[in-house]
Amino acid sequence: MRYEIAIIGGGPAGLAAACAAKEAGCGSILILERDRDAGGILNQCIHNGFGLHTFGEELTGPEYAARYVDKARRQGIECRLNTMVVDISPDKVITAMSRREGLFTIEAEAVILAMGCRERSRGALSIPGFRPAGIYSAGTAQRLINIEGMMPGREVVILGSGDIGLIMARRMTLEGARVKLVAELMPYSGGLKRNIVQCLDDFGIPLRLSHTVIGIHGRERLTGVTVAETDHNRRPVPGTEERIDCDTLLLSVGLIPENELSRGMGLKMDPATGGPVVGENLETSADGVFACGNVLHVHDLVDYVSEEAASAGRNAVKYIKDRRSGKRESGRRVRLRAGKGVRYTVPGYLEPEHMDESAVIRFRVSNVYREAYVGICFDDICVKQQRKHVLAPGEMEQIRLLKKDIERYPGLSEITIRVEAGAGSNQAAL
Amino acid sequence: MEKELICIGCPIGCSMTVFAEGEGEERRITVSGNTCKKGREYAVKEITNPTRIVTSTVRVRDGEAPVVPVKTQNDIPKDKIAECIREIKSICVQAPVRAGDCIIEDTAGTGVRVIATKSCGQKLHVKDRHDIIAEN
Amino acid sequence: MKRYDCIIIGAGVTGCAAARELSRQNRSIAVLERRSDVCEGTSKANSGIVHAGFDAEPGTWKAGMNMAGNRMMEQLSKELDFPFRVNKTLVLAFEESEKEGLLKLFNRGKRNKVPGLSILDGDKVRELEPAVSDKVCAALYAPTGGIVCPFEMTIAYAENAYRNGVSFFLEHEVVRIVKKGIAGHTYQIETDKETFEAPIVVNAAGVYADVLHNMVSGQKLHITPRRGEYLLFDKSAGTMVSHTIFQLPGPNGKGVLITPTVHGNLLAGPTAMDIEDREGVDTTREGLDEIVEKARRSVPGLPLDRVITSFAGLRAHEAGRDFIIGECPDAEGFFDAAGIASPGLTGAPAIAVYLADLIEKRYPAGRKEGFVPERKGMIHLSDLSVPEKLRIIQSNPAYAEVICRCETVTEGEIIDAIQRPLGARTIDGIKRRTRAGMGRCQAGFCTPKIIDILARELNLRPEQVTKCKGDSALLTGRTGEAYEI
Repeated sequence: MRYEIAIIGGGPAGLAAACAAKEAGCGSILILERDRDAGGILNQCIHNGFGLHTFGEELTGPEYAARYVDKARRQGIECRLNTMVVDISPDKVITAMSRREGLFTIEAEAVILAMGCRERSRGALSIPGFRPAGIYSAGTAQRLINIEGMMPGREVVILGSGDIGLIMARRMTLEGARVKLVAELMPYSGGLKRNIVQCLDDFGIPLRLSHTVIGIHGRERLTGVTVAETDHNRRPVPGTEERIDCDTLLLSVGLIPENELSRGMGLKMDPATGGPVVGENLETSADGVFACGNVLHVHDLVDYVSEEAASAGRNAVKYIKDRRSGKRESGRRVRLRAGKGVRYTVPGYLEPEHMDESAVIRFRVSNVYREAYVGICFDDICVKQQRKHVLAPGEMEQIRLLKKDIERYPGLSEITIRVEAGAGSNQAAL
Repeated sequence: MEKELICIGCPIGCSMTVFAEGEGEERRITVSGNTCKKGREYAVKEITNPTRIVTSTVRVRDGEAPVVPVKTQNDIPKDKIAECIREIKSICVQAPVRAGDCIIEDTAGTGVRVIATKSCGQKLHVKDRHDIIAEN
Repeated sequence: MKRYDCIIIGAGVTGCAAARELSRQNRSIAVLERRSDVCEGTSKANSGIVHAGFDAEPGTWKAGMNMAGNRMMEQLSKELDFPFRVNKTLVLAFEESEKEGLLKLFNRGKRNKVPGLSILDGDKVRELEPAVSDKVCAALYAPTGGIVCPFEMTIAYAENAYRNGVSFFLEHEVVRIVKKGIAGHTYQIETDKETFEAPIVVNAAGVYADVLHNMVSGQKLHITPRRGEYLLFDKSAGTMVSHTIFQLPGPNGKGVLITPTVHGNLLAGPTAMDIEDREGVDTTREGLDEIVEKARRSVPGLPLDRVITSFAGLRAHEAGRDFIIGECPDAEGFFDAAGIASPGLTGAPAIAVYLADLIEKRYPAGRKEGFVPERKGMIHLSDLSVPEKLRIIQSNPAYAEVICRCETVTEGEIIDAIQRPLGARTIDGIKRRTRAGMGRCQAGFCTPKIIDILARELNLRPEQVTKCKGDSALLTGRTGEAYEI
């Protein structure tokens, strides 16, 4: 079987990439999705708040997914469900399995990686103690409750104040469970203010910042956890330990792009994002292999996932056209560097000759900054400063770079994005 | 009446104090601590008529899935959330359900509908469902 | 009352191996196990090392059984179809002064007749293992050291014993053993469920072996649980080292090692902490920190961000420091396999053969017709070649449905794990047989699906599915139940 574009993953990224590729004139597209429904993680995110940027209204996760699933269906895009991709070779032969079709291979001219992310587990945190039943990642609990209709527990402590953890605090409360506490290791929450207010404050659930779980009790089912305050090195402060009885511990302690297939292909990875290194066209180090959505870097808003994925879809179509017409060649690269206070940037580099009129640069900062500036430097020259009331690690930031600005600096080798305390004096006009 | 609030409008999360006195037409509300207009609007709403969209799941009979997600079509007063949830939890709908179907006509006397947010087909006897989105 | 010719207490590796070797003989045999599955105690949480044999004091049971077990492992792993690999062992010295210690081990190894031992200089060590510390100045090299999957080895023994007629009584905790008859030749074994009777008893009860022994013998044993904590790393770190890398042993054991596992992960540990609690398999902050500190001495670049889980196991350390193997002098027919701490996993095959021979000598029963020495392991789809995969999937499409993404475990494998003899009844049982949930996401994605499959195959309600039986249910009920009157 041969397709122009094969897309790995039928979540928001894969669907948006497919629809955009179709609109850009791609003839044959195949989405491979491992779950029983397209839509990915959105299917279990039954709360509302999705799509304000894309559709101008607040949708629930399944409704947001359905918009794209319906569109893909109308466009005649083929999607194989319950299908697991087990390997992608460097020459873009995809090996997949499903109960319906057994083990099969697919060849594609371009591949778009859209596998999403997974949650960090207890093991990764090395929380000491026993290993009883009743410890779940927040997303697993969300699936059990919202898809399977089952309750993972009755008395709950949540570690980590990421959005999924906050959403699950409210969800479990509304299902009659007692959420006793949300503990957050950092002195600030990684979740949206709105979720802190509407998921915790509305129900009187305490949020303890600079606290963590340092002990797990119970040999068969969880019977309790020990929570302690942490110092500025994130180490527990002796004497602050408190035992809290509970039968469930939910972990909402971070997401990790799921790049097992990418690693298997030998793609160049960015240790800061956990995703592949891509250029402004979202192409990875393998020719004709693109990445978008949470497999590339963890997003907080699905709208940006859709936007990024649509761009990957269009770029994949362009890649196929260029290759067929023999126009395809790589250009000079300008590296994008995460400067002071910036954890990473996506993309990792630009090719000025090939880029569109502008390119969106997405990044995350490494700490909370108030009344700060985002500075953009072309080599040693600071070309722009953007004032920000607040910058937080939990909120993805983005800036737009214009092709015409970059072309003004012909020898440019590196663009740095950094956080600055205030307006600088060597600001060049842009 | 005085109330402390954290603004949800943006990541800054201003700590605001809302002060309300008088009744009805005479009611005067002052907001302090906000840094923008949106903050003030939010504070006034939170003290006069706080509302929320409620989302949950409803049990399904003979469905491919045991539950189907639902939401209130509009926001409802915060103090009606518990009653709304009790209603949602007390019913069981017959599959198939289509996204947008009305599940409860008027929840908790608010005049607001509860609607399904996802479709749920009828359980098939054959385990393997048709796996392709496009019908061609 | 159930009567058997021989009753084995404990379904860890020693008990299961003994059951298999005794099942060659003409006797009725039962294994009693207090937990809900075989391999639920010490056998499930250890280093998985097949020791070369240079560590044990010459002339001890430990030395003898280690050497014999090491020699048996290759053949046994083929017969019983469990993963075993001779990855070779290094013991590192970091300072000139430690070289003396290496020499001592070398000589001890020679006396134990460990083949192929040599002492390498630092550069040679780094040539073999580029990730080891620059400080390493020498190492003892043992080409017969290996690694094994302790779960699969124990389960393989149990399945083969079952195949050869051994009865297993899981969730049967022995509470009392009474010598009966004037000759003292029959033992009445009371469990929390029913009572058994047998003239021959094999005590393979791990950290409880002293308790059982002391019920029938005046010569008291004392076992101290010695806790060992471990860190397990993602498979992406699994090739960081290829040998099993030890440091010089201390008074409490062989120290912290770093080793690849047969499934391609990296393992670091154990600590050695004597504790009171025979159920104390909790990890501690101090223990996990200690592993990191010590393991980094061997391999400074240990990728701590790739830890996927930590766990602890208890070694049954007997006060006399050696294995206690053989018939109890003051309790005829009561055979001990007690104090089986390290190198117990390596020694288990030899201990089992020794005990079976001893029992046959003392109480002859004759060889049984039709003993089947082979056991076929589970199909692990991801280990197969493409044509083999196609063939398996063709014959059973459930092998094409991936349930655990991280370890690529299919529904076919999970159903097999449940339906096999002594099949899995719990999430942990599935995990040990198929590796589902052992990967980097630590069961985040597959738990709901495995609950579903277990409920379907065992005809349970989802909320009756447990992690490891007892009070370990994963779910507390349906959503909405809190609102029902």
